[in-house]
Amino acid sequence: MTLHAELELTRGTFTVSAVLDVPAGTVLAVLGPNGSGKSTVLSCLAGLLEPSSGMVTLGGRTLTRSPRLHVPPHARGVGLLAQDAMLFPHLSVVDNVAFAPRSRGASRAASREIAGRWLSEVDAAELAERKPAQLSGGQAQRVAIARALAGEPELLLLDEPLAALDVDAAPAIRGLLRRVLRGAERRATVLVTHDPLDALALADQVVVFAEGRVVERGPAREVLAAPRTPFTARIAGLNLVTGTAVDTGLRTPAGQLISGIPAPDVLAGEPAVAVFQPGAVAVYPAGTPTAGSPRNTVAAVVATLEPHGPVVRLRTMDGAGWAEGVAADLTPASVAELGLEPGTPIRLSVKAAAVAIHPA
Amino acid sequence: MPRVLWIPATAALALVVLPVVGLLTRTDFARLPELLTSPAALNALRLSLVTGALATVACVLLGVPLAVVLARAGGRGMGLLRAVVLLPLVLPPVVGGLALLYLLGRNGFLGYLLDVVAGVRIPFTTTAVVIAQTFVAMPFLVVSLEGALRNAGDRYEQIAATLGARPWTVFRRVTIPLLLPALGSGAVLSFARALGEFGATITFAGSLEGVTRTLPLEVYNQAETDVDSAVALALLLIVVAIVIIAVARPRALEGQRL
Repeated sequence: MTLHAELELTRGTFTVSAVLDVPAGTVLAVLGPNGSGKSTVLSCLAGLLEPSSGMVTLGGRTLTRSPRLHVPPHARGVGLLAQDAMLFPHLSVVDNVAFAPRSRGASRAASREIAGRWLSEVDAAELAERKPAQLSGGQAQRVAIARALAGEPELLLLDEPLAALDVDAAPAIRGLLRRVLRGAERRATVLVTHDPLDALALADQVVVFAEGRVVERGPAREVLAAPRTPFTARIAGLNLVTGTAVDTGLRTPAGQLISGIPAPDVLAGEPAVAVFQPGAVAVYPAGTPTAGSPRNTVAAVVATLEPHGPVVRLRTMDGAGWAEGVAADLTPASVAELGLEPGTPIRLSVKAAAVAIHPA
Repeated sequence: MPRVLWIPATAALALVVLPVVGLLTRTDFARLPELLTSPAALNALRLSLVTGALATVACVLLGVPLAVVLARAGGRGMGLLRAVVLLPLVLPPVVGGLALLYLLGRNGFLGYLLDVVAGVRIPFTTTAVVIAQTFVAMPFLVVSLEGALRNAGDRYEQIAATLGARPWTVFRRVTIPLLLPALGSGAVLSFARALGEFGATITFAGSLEGVTRTLPLEVYNQAETDVDSAVALALLLIVVAIVIIAVARPRALEGQRL
């Protein structure tokens, strides 16, 4: 179901306003720093908050038309997955997942069967009889995903679903979300996150939020790789290199190898993207011998140098292959020391450990 | 912790423990079985247990909805409402008994109405005992439940709503189960308070053996005639109180964790 929302909500002196469109079968990431109002937008969509003015439609149904119409949360067909799994502590895992079908009126046996199917879908079937207190953070989030999906929501809302997980559990859950989000053709999904990696891995479209407003929107890859506003560049501004996944990284169309750490759901031979932060890129004068641990080095030429908060962001032009358009963050001192200016030939270097490989 | 705190702390403990010891030294253990099984004592014990249990049920049936409303309903006036609920907690029970008498007594406006319309007279009946006990005990339940509800927040309830559960289903399948530990300790505290009720009961319900004379009233009654018997009954109340604390305390701690 296609989501269309125009919202405006005032809390004290803080105003949040947004227009969002999410076609059925796609994922929209709402990216922004903490306190930018993105969770407020999610609460309005879920029906937990009433906007001061605005409207929300899902498919042909009108969920909110302020100030008169406000469909309550339970009648919206909306699923919510929060940062914490928030499993009901008094119910077993299978009864947690069976909660939504049971609330829709399915019998106890039928809802348990539905729950069993969704638990298998998230690879958690063996946890069915446990209590939530006996689960790890990653296991609990798996079950929470199954619980949200068992409600067969037409609109799925994900509020920082990976933020509370430790670094070992997050990649597997991200892969699981990729899988289950791809599978639904009728469902629209809104993902709130502050992590550009999540947006890149999970979303088709991105809107960037700052101080209650949308400051940028577009296809995820474009917004994250080539931010048009300095604000987006600060929170997103990732380096993305497309190619084909290989065992230890990614091969570019030109045949260069970028070493990195593949996400769990990357398959060798499939299209993939290598992602690294501008801060992870080291810059050397051209012709410096390459030594040490950084495995990815490439010759490039400085295109632009722009102040970017406390650092200077350098962008390259026509290097060999992937070196084109790469952003690197340097301190003003090192810019001066290396004598960098547009046109200076340089050598870029990125540690393999700082490069994440994701499926494209 | 400064060690000097031990001195007032010991004094405080002595203030709690020594009176009980005093009571024990005065107890005639040889006559104890006979004193505790006298018809008057058994009547009082039975009446106390029955009225205390009924008052606890009334506290739960009325107090749970009140606690949920106080914790969850927004809007102005909730602060004032919360203060009103606490009134019986800070009011001397005798005053509460008088207030009940002038509401439900024959001269009270509601009592007059009940008498004329339905022929029902409440004062000086067992019903009056239950009402007086509910009046003084309910704040204990409401306060502990409201605290537990506030600590738990409403996030589970919001999640349940997004899973398609109607408000009544959310209340039945999420709010109440999550509240059970606090409800258990709150109910035990209410029962204990109802069992110990004296002032409101004697003012509003009087002291008729078998009808309104509960254990505390029987202790007071015997203290003037048969001191040994009063002491024995007092000891019984203390034992009941200790049992209640032993049962309720771990649950109370669990309630706070919620």
